[in-house]
Amino acid sequence: MDFINHKLFIKDINVHIDPILPKKIAIITHGHADHARFGHDHVIATRQTIDIMKIRYGNKCAKKFTSLRYGQKYSIKNYDFTLYPAGHILGSAQVLIEKDNHRLVITGDYKVGKDETCKNFKLVKCDTLITEATFGLPIFQHPDPKDEIKKLIHSIKINKNNSHIVGAYALGKAQRVMNLLRQQKYNETIYIHGSLEKLCQYYSKEKINIGKFEKVSSKDKSFYEGKIIIAPPSALKDRWSRRFPNPIICMASGWMTVKQRAKQQGIELPLIISDHSDWNELLDTINKSNAKNILVTHGQEDALVYYCKKQNLLSKPLSIQGRNDEEIE
Amino acid sequence: MKEFSSLLHNLILTPSRNTKIKLLQDYFKTLDINRAYALAILSDQLSFKFIKASKLRELVYEQVDQHLFDFSYDYVGDLAETISLIWPKKAASKAQNLSSLIDNIKKIKKSEINKEFGKILNQLSHNERWTLIKICTGGLRIGVSERLVKTSLADLYKKSVNEIEEIWHGLEFPYENLFRWLRNETKKPKIDFKKLFHPMMLANPIDEEKDFNRLKASEFQAEYKWDGIRVQLMVSSKKVALYSRTGDNISSAFPEIIETTKGDAVIDGELLVGKKFKPYGFNDLQQRLNRKKASKELQKKFPVFIRAYDILFYKGKDLRKLFLFERRKFLEKFQKENKSNQIDLSSIITFSNWRELSKYKNNFNDDLNEGVMIKLKNSEYLPGRKKGYWYKWKKNPKLVDAILMYAQRGHGKRSSYYSDFTFGIWKGNDLVPIGKAYSGYTDKELLVLDKFIRNNTTNKFGPVREVKKEIVLEIAFDDIFSSNRHKSGVAMRFPRIHRIRWDKPINEIISLEEFKKEFKIS
Ligand SMILES: [Zn+2]
Repeated sequence: MDFINHKLFIKDINVHIDPILPKKIAIITHGHADHARFGHDHVIATRQTIDIMKIRYGNKCAKKFTSLRYGQKYSIKNYDFTLYPAGHILGSAQVLIEKDNHRLVITGDYKVGKDETCKNFKLVKCDTLITEATFGLPIFQHPDPKDEIKKLIHSIKINKNNSHIVGAYALGKAQRVMNLLRQQKYNETIYIHGSLEKLCQYYSKEKINIGKFEKVSSKDKSFYEGKIIIAPPSALKDRWSRRFPNPIICMASGWMTVKQRAKQQGIELPLIISDHSDWNELLDTINKSNAKNILVTHGQEDALVYYCKKQNLLSKPLSIQGRNDEEIE
Repeated sequence: MKEFSSLLHNLILTPSRNTKIKLLQDYFKTLDINRAYALAILSDQLSFKFIKASKLRELVYEQVDQHLFDFSYDYVGDLAETISLIWPKKAASKAQNLSSLIDNIKKIKKSEINKEFGKILNQLSHNERWTLIKICTGGLRIGVSERLVKTSLADLYKKSVNEIEEIWHGLEFPYENLFRWLRNETKKPKIDFKKLFHPMMLANPIDEEKDFNRLKASEFQAEYKWDGIRVQLMVSSKKVALYSRTGDNISSAFPEIIETTKGDAVIDGELLVGKKFKPYGFNDLQQRLNRKKASKELQKKFPVFIRAYDILFYKGKDLRKLFLFERRKFLEKFQKENKSNQIDLSSIITFSNWRELSKYKNNFNDDLNEGVMIKLKNSEYLPGRKKGYWYKWKKNPKLVDAILMYAQRGHGKRSSYYSDFTFGIWKGNDLVPIGKAYSGYTDKELLVLDKFIRNNTTNKFGPVREVKKEIVLEIAFDDIFSSNRHKSGVAMRFPRIHRIRWDKPINEIISLEEFKKEFKIS
C-alpha cells in the first residue's frame, strides 16, 4: 500500500483519486464538488458520475472520459482498478485497487443503509481500507429516514397555511428527499430551487422515482401555502426564500442529529437524513472488510482512529487538503 | 413522555412566539396528570434535582468508552444531549408517560441510582432521554417564559391572562383546581395565600462579649425592637394580605390594615396596637391577637398599625438581593407614595460606637420597645436566622424578687428534675403566685433547687410539690401587664430565673400592691 500517498496519488502511474486540482488521470468516486472537479485530462468514473460532471461543468470539463460499470476491471500497467457501489448518491463508487496481491479500497463517501436513488453499498474485502469519517462519532446513530420524512409530512398536515422549505444538497440529497416523500405516498408537486432543475431532470431520466416537480416561479405568495419547496442550504438564508408564505425552515442532513447545531442554523424542523454512514455502519464496514490497515479521512478522524487502534488495527488519520468538514456533500 | 419531549424539542427550535403558543396549546388541549407535570416543569416549580452531572458521567462511562464519550462531548458541548445521543440503542420498549416516569424515578434509592436510572434511560428514545436528563439535572433553557405558558393557557381556554396571573403563585401541583376551572367545571380556584408568603429574615441574640469586639459599629445600623408581632404585608392593586411570621394569613383579624393600604409591595414590619403611631403595650395587642375577626368596637378601642422595617418587593421587583440600605430607599419611596394612617417607618438610630448604642437600648423611659435590632447595612434579605447579619440586643430585663412556692418536674431531658418553678409575693400575710419560670438557671443551680425541693416538700398535689417557703429567686421578665385570668391580677412576659438570692430573707419581699405600683399596673 506504499504505492499511494496521503493525497491519494499513485506516483508510479500518475493517477489521482478525487483530486482537487486538474490532473493527468483522475478517478472520480462521485459527482459532489469536493470530489469531482473541472479540468482533468482523463476522467475515469461510472457513467452516471460522468453524466453528472457534464451537467454541472459542461461537456468539455475533461478532455477524455472513461466510463466503467460497477465490477468492471480497468488496468493501468500492473494496477487493476474496479469500481463498486458506494450507496452515497447516484453513480457513487468505491475504488478497489489491486497490486501485487494487495487489495486497497477507497470508500469515497458511502452509506450502508437502503436508498432507492442509487445502487446500494457493496462490501469489498481488502487489506487496506481508506474510509471516510464524516459522522465518525458514536453520537451519530442515524434514525430510519422514513420516520424523518414522516415528520415533514405531519408538519405539512398540521400547518396548512405555512410553506415548508427544505434545505438539501442539490445533488443526491434533494432527490433522495423527493424519493422518500414519494415512498410515503406524497403525490403533490414538489417545488424546487432553479439550481436543482437539471439534476432532478437527470434523476428522472435515470428512472429514479422523484415524482412531479416544478421550478419555483414568481407566483402569488399564497400559492405556496401547504407546499414543499426544496432548495440548497445556501438559499435558506437568501432573499430568495422571502417569497414564501410563513415558511417553516427544514433541513435534511445528518448534522441535524445535534439539536444545538440545528438551533444555531435557525432550523425549525430538522430531518436527520444522511447520505453518509453513521458510527455503527462505519465500524461494521471496518470489521467486515477484514482490512488490517485502516486509514481515516474526511471528518471526525480521531474517534475512529482511536477505535481501530483499540481493535489492534493499524490506523491513522489521512489528511486531505482543501476540505472543510461541514462542506462535505 | 414522547409528546412532552417532542414539545420541548419543537419549542427549542422555534423562534416564533406565535408558533410557541400554538405548540403549547396543542399540548395542553387535554389536561391530565402528565400535563400537570409538564406545567410544573415549564414554570420551574418542580424542584427535582435528582442527579448530578458527575453522577451522569459515571453512568455513561459504564455504557460507553470514556474516550469516545469525551470526543463526542467535545463536539456537542452539551452533556444532556451528548448522553442522550450516545446512549446505546436498545430494542424499542413500551411507551412511558411523563407522570409515571417521574414517579418511578422518585422511588429510586440513592445507592441504586446508577443501575435504576440506567434502566430507565434504556427504555427511552433519544429525544426522551434528552428531556429526562434535562428535567433531572434542572434547567431546561428552552426559551419559554412563565408568562408565555399563562398566555397560551388563557387563550386556549378563553380566560384572561390577568385572572391566571392572579392565582398563579398560589397554585400547586397537580393543579387540579386550575384544570377544572379552565375546563369550566368549577369556579376560579380559591387560593391558599399562605403560599404567597416569603419566609422572613430573623435576628440572632447578640453576644455582648464576643460580638462587640468583632463587629465594626460603622457597618451596622440600629432600630428599636418593638414589642408587637412580626408581620408581612402584601399589597397589590388586586389584593392586600397580612401574614404572621409563620406564614399564617391573619388578614381577617385586621381589616383596617387590609382596607386602607395602597400600593404594590411586600413589607416586613411589626404590628402594634396604638394611636397616631404611638404604641400601647403588648397586653393591648393581645386583645386583638386572640380574635379571628375584629368588631368595629374592638378596632376603635385597640387600633392597630404597622411599623415597617423592611421591603421585599416593590412594584413586582424582587429586592431581596439588594442590601438593607438600598432596600430602605425603596421602603421610604413606598411610604411617600402611599401615605397611610396604618403604616409608618421604623426610625433608624444613629450611633458611633456600641457604648453609645447601649444607652438607646436601655432607654427605660420608653417602655414600649424591648431593645434594639442591629443590622448589617450590607445585608441581603435572607430567610431564616442566618448568622452574622442581624442581631437583637434586648433591654436589660425587669427584675423582681419572689419566693419559691411550688415545683414540678420538667419534660424530656429534664424529666428527672424539678425544673418548673412557681413563685409568689406577699398579699397581706399570705403568698400569692405571680408567675412560673422554666429557665434561666445554671445546671448547678438546678441541682441545688432539685435537692431542696425533694428534701423540703410540705405538700403534694398530683405532680406538683409545695415546698417550705425559704428560697428567694430573682426573676427577670420582659414585660408585665394586668390580667384577670390570674389570681394576682398580673401576668408576666417571659419570666426566667436570674439567680438565687441566698442572702435575702423572705420577709423583705415586696407586696403585690407595691409591685403593681412599681410597674404601673392598676
Ligand atoms: Zn459526497
